[in-house]
Amino acid sequence: MVPLGWYLVVAALLFAIGAFGVLARKNAIAIFIGLEIMFNAALLNAVAFWRYLHPTQFDGTVFAIVILAVAAAEAAVGLAVFIAVYRRFGTVDADEITLLRG
Amino acid sequence: MVVAFIFVLSALLMLASALVAVTSRNLVRAVMALVLVLFGNAVLFILLEAYFLAVAQVIIYIGAIAILIIFALMLTRHTGQEWGPAWNRAWPWAVLMAAGLAGGLLLVMRAWPMAGRMVEEAQVPADYTRQLGVALVSPQGFVVPFEVASVLLLAALIGAIYVAWGGRKVKGPYPTRSDEE
Repeated sequence: MVPLGWYLVVAALLFAIGAFGVLARKNAIAIFIGLEIMFNAALLNAVAFWRYLHPTQFDGTVFAIVILAVAAAEAAVGLAVFIAVYRRFGTVDADEITLLRG
Repeated sequence: MVVAFIFVLSALLMLASALVAVTSRNLVRAVMALVLVLFGNAVLFILLEAYFLAVAQVIIYIGAIAILIIFALMLTRHTGQEWGPAWNRAWPWAVLMAAGLAGGLLLVMRAWPMAGRMVEEAQVPADYTRQLGVALVSPQGFVVPFEVASVLLLAALIGAIYVAWGGRKVKGPYPTRSDEE
């Protein structure tokens, strides 16, 4: 087996890469891809902590299952919003949509 | 030894495809790289003996969310349109912030003694998936978070249908930044 720290390092790097995608991308769907990478890093952390610290209990896996459900809900709503935004603005570039700018 | 080899292989694959996913100008390629990241995560779940979660990861993330993203991508793009620049003008700040985040997390981890921990004698029970299924629906277990997640999912799906509904008359197109300049 590999130490717990290896999983945490991978998850931390994935989270940072996802955060870069969220902050730097123009297209809303690309921002969403960055968000999904961050979600996965958190999920990996939850499962790794469950396996190394409390493998006989259910808290960690239930956490992961709830994260999966929330990610699915977030994907459905987010992509519906992108389609609605596209219909009204003709683009999903986050830089272009400035209707709320003062 | 084999486990360490598989771990390193899938970790490197995940990190490389995550970099492709956030840097590629071609968004279809970015989604495919995202699928590789999700798959690498499923492999790591199997190494962590979370078999149910590995299957759920493949079904929900790769089977549903990746397909949804591809659908949204196809629906929000004119055919034959050029891919614009991948990043906004503030991207050096994003690099700085992501590097700071990763550095900070790794520093904290170095100071934490548990990070070197190997699996101890407490093993995952052989019928863990069955026990998990019982715990998810038992009142002494996790039935409340389970039901709350179900209701959240239902509400999100109804909301998504309402938001994306094309039946009513849509005002617009609203002005975008390029129109103003």
